[in-house]
Amino acid sequence: MSVSAQSATPSADAAVVFDGVSKHFPASGNSGAFTALDNVSLTVDRGSITGIIGRSGAGKSTLIRLVNGLEKPTGGKVLVNGVDVGALDEAALRALRRSVGMIFQHFNLLSSRTVFGNVALPLEISGMDKRAIEQRVRPLLDLVGLADKHGRYPAELSGGQKQRIGIARALATEPKLLLSDEATSALDPETTQSILELLKRINAELGLTVLLITHEMEVVKAVTSDVAVIDHGRIVERGHTFDVFTHPKHATTRALLSGLAGSKLPDAVVRALKPQPAAGDRAVVRLTFFGAAAEKPLISQLIKSVGAEVNIIAGTIDEIGGAPYGSLVVAYGADAETSGRAERFFTENGLVTEVLGYVA
Amino acid sequence: MSPDLLLRIGSATIDTIYMVAVAGLIGSLIGLPIGIFLATSGKGELFPAPTLNHIVGLIVNATRSTPFIILVVAIIPFTRLLTGTSIGTKAAIVPLTIATIPFVARLVEAAIREIDKGLIEAARAMGATPMQIVFKVLLAEARPALTLALTMTAVSLIGYSAMVGAVGGGGLGDLGIRYGYQRFMPDVMLVVVIVLIVLVQLVQSAGDGLARRFDKKNRKT
Repeated sequence: MSVSAQSATPSADAAVVFDGVSKHFPASGNSGAFTALDNVSLTVDRGSITGIIGRSGAGKSTLIRLVNGLEKPTGGKVLVNGVDVGALDEAALRALRRSVGMIFQHFNLLSSRTVFGNVALPLEISGMDKRAIEQRVRPLLDLVGLADKHGRYPAELSGGQKQRIGIARALATEPKLLLSDEATSALDPETTQSILELLKRINAELGLTVLLITHEMEVVKAVTSDVAVIDHGRIVERGHTFDVFTHPKHATTRALLSGLAGSKLPDAVVRALKPQPAAGDRAVVRLTFFGAAAEKPLISQLIKSVGAEVNIIAGTIDEIGGAPYGSLVVAYGADAETSGRAERFFTENGLVTEVLGYVA
Repeated sequence: MSPDLLLRIGSATIDTIYMVAVAGLIGSLIGLPIGIFLATSGKGELFPAPTLNHIVGLIVNATRSTPFIILVVAIIPFTRLLTGTSIGTKAAIVPLTIATIPFVARLVEAAIREIDKGLIEAARAMGATPMQIVFKVLLAEARPALTLALTMTAVSLIGYSAMVGAVGGGGLGDLGIRYGYQRFMPDVMLVVVIVLIVLVQLVQSAGDGLARRFDKKNRKT
């Protein structure tokens, strides 16, 4: 498990360990004192794609900046490949940064440099000679599918293309860890998917560990193997992405999940929902099924065993962290007999159910 | 107009160009690093030195708020020390340079502060040293704005150089005052003004053109 509770003893597999990390900003100028991170412990496994999700202001930007020392913790330790980032002097910190790639929400490409020049920049900074840079940059542009744009300037590219350049630039120094700071937040959904696909491919082909922060559950769902939910500077929930999505425990997680397509009920149903049933009402129930259950003809079996009408109100079948997952909201008679039969059916088939309310 | 006068106008034009070029060059060479320092030495910036930043800022402001004509007179001892004289083209270069330094410094500071902080962060994340950030990111990205800043400096210097004519500085301003004004020769004054306008136009067009070439941001796709 990549996001483990025991982080004081980092496993050999850990790419990044946050060990009781706090970040406190003292009051200055027009802003008061502020605690961005409060005793955060988290382990990021080597080779994983780990997501940290939270609302804006939850502390996730600060958290990711601790990894390459752009911010210093006021308490606790951050270990990158076992090295305590806070203990490094400036020169050692620069060396570490050259081994950690980073991509940004607004791409942060130099407008004065061509595509080639932007990808070459980190190599120039590390003192590589021109010929070697040329040999390194070409395949990177191929990897992100922009070899034909090498002489263009960022202003001539679309947002998705700019982020591809950002990714090629981040990979130039052949890092083992890639930090992604809301890298798809400025992109449209379609472009977001293609960038996420690219991150997935890089993770698989280069064995690169990816630590990404985002406020979008779609991003977490699409690429991450592990996730941590951050709220008000604390990690409130963590685990394998599939587990967190299918069994969210914390209210913040549920709130973030409720925005996902397919998990929302139609407004008319939400308005009609009552907490207690009256005679003749129907129960509205959310069924969650995964793995083998997702492949059974559940609905026809349910109708047979309930022996009454079953309405489908909302539903989605999806993949989370590569595993099939389905969510179905159905309504059936709320009388004791029908409900009893339905519940027996759910238990027999190992379905997770949640009664959302009752409608007339 | 007599050939003698035309010759004087020609040599005064050369004097003006010479003064503007030398003062502009030396002033910019000194003003540029001061401007970079002002833009990068605030609290939490690349070379944090807030106290020194404040002091340099004060000196720059003081120099900029001193009227140029007063500056010229006030630094006569210094001018004499450097050039051995207080009149003529050579002497005029000293106050022109002194006035250029803070002017350039503030324009450079503004040009650098315009750069997106995200670029500095990206460069830091790449492991760049502060000096690498200055040369590879800040100066490179600010090049169009710096070109316009230096153009503005040259245009202002042409104006200032005419002013030093009032205190025996040489150049077109001197010619205009001595012939056009004191000897009531409006045709000389007119030619002087036209030459100055042409000079300013040339400098501005060249600067604008160069800045456009450097600007890769506002290109059409």
